[in-house]
Amino acid sequence: MESAPKGLNEDIIRFISAKKSEPEWLLEWRLKAYRQWKTMKEPKWPNVSYPEINYQDVIYYAAPKQKAKPKNLEDVDPELLKTFEKLGISLTEQKRLTGVAVDAVLDSVSVATTFKEKLAELGIIFCSFSEAVQEHPELVKKYLGSVVPMNDNYFAALNSAVFSDGSFCYIPKGVRCPMELSTYFRINAANTGQFERTLIVADEGSYVSYLEGCTAPQRDENQLHAAVVEIYAMKNAHVKYSTVQNWFPGDKEGKGGIYNFVTKRALCFGDHSKVSWTQVETGSAITWKYPSCVLKGDYSSGEFYSVAVTNNYQQADTGTKMIHIGKHTKSRIVSKGISAGHSQNSYRGQVHIMKRAEHARNFSQCDSLLMGDKCGAHTFPYIDVENNSGKVEHEATTSKIGEDQIFYCLQRGIDEESAVALIVNGYAKEVLNQLPMEFAVEAQKLLALTLEGSVG
Amino acid sequence: MSQSVELKNSTQEILSKITLEGTIRNQAREALGSLGLPASKNEEYKFAPVTRILEKNFNLSNFTVESSKVTDISSFAINYLDAHVLVMINGSFNKSLSSYDDRELKIELLNQESGKLGTLADYKTDALVAWNTAAWSAAIRLVVAENITVKKPVIIHQIIDTTNQEIKCFNRVLIEVGKSSELTVVEKLDTIGNQHNGFSNVVTEAFIEPNAELNYVSLQTDSSRRYHFSQTSIWQARDSRANCFTLTMDGKFIRNNLQVILDGEGCESHLLGLYLVQGDTLVDNHTVVDHKKANSFSNELYKGIVDDNARGVFNGKIFVRPNAQKTNAFQSNRNILLSDKATVNTKPQLEIWADDVKCSHGCTTGQLDEEALFYLRARGIGEDTARAMMLYAFAGEVIESLKSETIKSYIDSLISERLHKNF
Repeated sequence: MESAPKGLNEDIIRFISAKKSEPEWLLEWRLKAYRQWKTMKEPKWPNVSYPEINYQDVIYYAAPKQKAKPKNLEDVDPELLKTFEKLGISLTEQKRLTGVAVDAVLDSVSVATTFKEKLAELGIIFCSFSEAVQEHPELVKKYLGSVVPMNDNYFAALNSAVFSDGSFCYIPKGVRCPMELSTYFRINAANTGQFERTLIVADEGSYVSYLEGCTAPQRDENQLHAAVVEIYAMKNAHVKYSTVQNWFPGDKEGKGGIYNFVTKRALCFGDHSKVSWTQVETGSAITWKYPSCVLKGDYSSGEFYSVAVTNNYQQADTGTKMIHIGKHTKSRIVSKGISAGHSQNSYRGQVHIMKRAEHARNFSQCDSLLMGDKCGAHTFPYIDVENNSGKVEHEATTSKIGEDQIFYCLQRGIDEESAVALIVNGYAKEVLNQLPMEFAVEAQKLLALTLEGSVG
Repeated sequence: MSQSVELKNSTQEILSKITLEGTIRNQAREALGSLGLPASKNEEYKFAPVTRILEKNFNLSNFTVESSKVTDISSFAINYLDAHVLVMINGSFNKSLSSYDDRELKIELLNQESGKLGTLADYKTDALVAWNTAAWSAAIRLVVAENITVKKPVIIHQIIDTTNQEIKCFNRVLIEVGKSSELTVVEKLDTIGNQHNGFSNVVTEAFIEPNAELNYVSLQTDSSRRYHFSQTSIWQARDSRANCFTLTMDGKFIRNNLQVILDGEGCESHLLGLYLVQGDTLVDNHTVVDHKKANSFSNELYKGIVDDNARGVFNGKIFVRPNAQKTNAFQSNRNILLSDKATVNTKPQLEIWADDVKCSHGCTTGQLDEEALFYLRARGIGEDTARAMMLYAFAGEVIESLKSETIKSYIDSLISERLHKNF
């Protein structure tokens, strides 16, 4: 394991940049972000509480030891492969069976990217962020920070300063990506923070479905994960981004766990472009993320499907923003929150119909399910309409699992635990249906696992 | 940075003008000093920049008010309504224009702290409530004993006379409804003169004892130079009922804070609101329904028709506290925008800490349904009439459940006139 010393200062940023042999402009960009970050204040408005983070006590760069960047899976350190195998993310198997291209990011660096050659034949660029900086600097330079500016918010600025790796993806004009692209993130080393950056650029008329998964081992201390995802969709492009987030949530007493402070945003720049976010959030001690769509192009559309489950002492403040700028833009929000144990689960979202967004349309639905009397569910939707031809609908409900539903299952010999899993899966179905098949199976299991022992 | 210094200054200026003394008054003054008037980033006043508006339109260094010479307010009366009439003009009670008797309920006039006054409306978190609590000049106290259904409603005219000068006034109302009693209170904003700007800050506190009922109607239909802040806090004991209705049709700046605390089992609360605004009116309704005990029910319906440059803001909070099991809470906010410069900002907010509950909220913003319009026109109804019909039906839902027929028909006539109902 090779890592930077603890703490954050300009030297650390220079160290990271040098480690990745980055060009001068990127170092400058990082330093500029860092200087802006120093002037910013940590946001206090989310409905979560946690002890003050000491940003000087975090290791900002950690890389697993590896001699040379492997060309294919055979060259990857078998220890690493084993780690992924244990997680059920078998890189080799995935390659053989499902034909999913995977970029695996361990701690701070990308260790393997599969199917690269095959994708390259179609002109698709799918590689780690560091590689992209070396091989396609013109694309990176053009789109980096174009959707999430470096000073967008506190954590985005921090990420811009110290991001270590991530995935980069470019789909050329008119190409339909033949397989699911996927990134797996894992924090392995103790005391480290993970700051990865994903940039997806979909050129005119292209299509890509992108998956993101994350895990982290159990540790007593809290770890920080502050990622940025940027999606840039041009005319007629369609991007589907799915996340199954399973960072370590802390133990039953709420000790340890990941602070997941993520900025995700898509810019529907071109007319008729479409971005859809699907997320299944089961992990993290604290989640703070709002995958958003800026609907700039006329007739562009954004979708957000989310299942957020919190148990024990987890806290989640998540939702979306739909900013309607273009004419005839459409958005749809389906959010399902499930809280159990002592957890707090909040939906926070904004739908903004700007003045010139004629005939914009939004539908939002956010439901909460409560299990047990110690947890909380909160909804904070902001709806701002400045154009009278727009139509915005929002509805939200909160309830618990019906006793009659449980009774029905018990009667048919299904025990309470399985009954709850069954009902929860039914409740979340609308969202799970949006996930690619391989992911949907995993997500269903995760839901059941997260809620284990929460009834009774 | 410079802005916050300015804000501090106008707060200091206001504080230096408050001379009244009292235990709660002093605490409130302290609270105002430490809170300061809401800054532009204040989440609760995000769309209602009250401080900027007051600084721009009022002289905050002079609070002297001359008494009004008005002798006739019959034009403000609600037709056919037989009521106890209480008249407040420019922050003081006008006895000669009022007419009431003490047979059914006790009506007291206060100018000093007494009893429950100041104990419910929270001056520790809201600077405007603190301002009122420290600086109020006149208060009306209504007390209904046990087991009495007060037949005649009480109407309180909150009048400002701006014939000669700009007015800033601070009034209070305290309502106590005894066990198993029933009372209807109508608050009506009226303006005389309309030569200068007028700002009124009214804080109403109501205590509803077990099994009692309060109907509270607020009519805000007066001049376009009125700046009005209201805080209405209602506390409900076991099995009590609160029915609130707020109608806003005019005013320059209207901010209503309505808070209902359901502090007993079996409570029922209905919060209704209707805002039909045009011109450059800004109306901001903030409601809080706080379920503290189990087995209660609350229903909230706010509807708005926003025209011209007007802005409608709605923020509805529902809290269900940890032991408030079996709570049923519903909330709905619906808006129609009539012009392309009209704006609606809505934030329905649920915060729930109990699991065995049924809560929902919904909100919509849009324009009239084209297909429904087409349906009516296809049956030979002119477009204007069809529109008026649909708007009238939209607004009508809110007033349907009002208890008093006289008040209902009065409101109905106001709405019909505004919507050019001609069918």
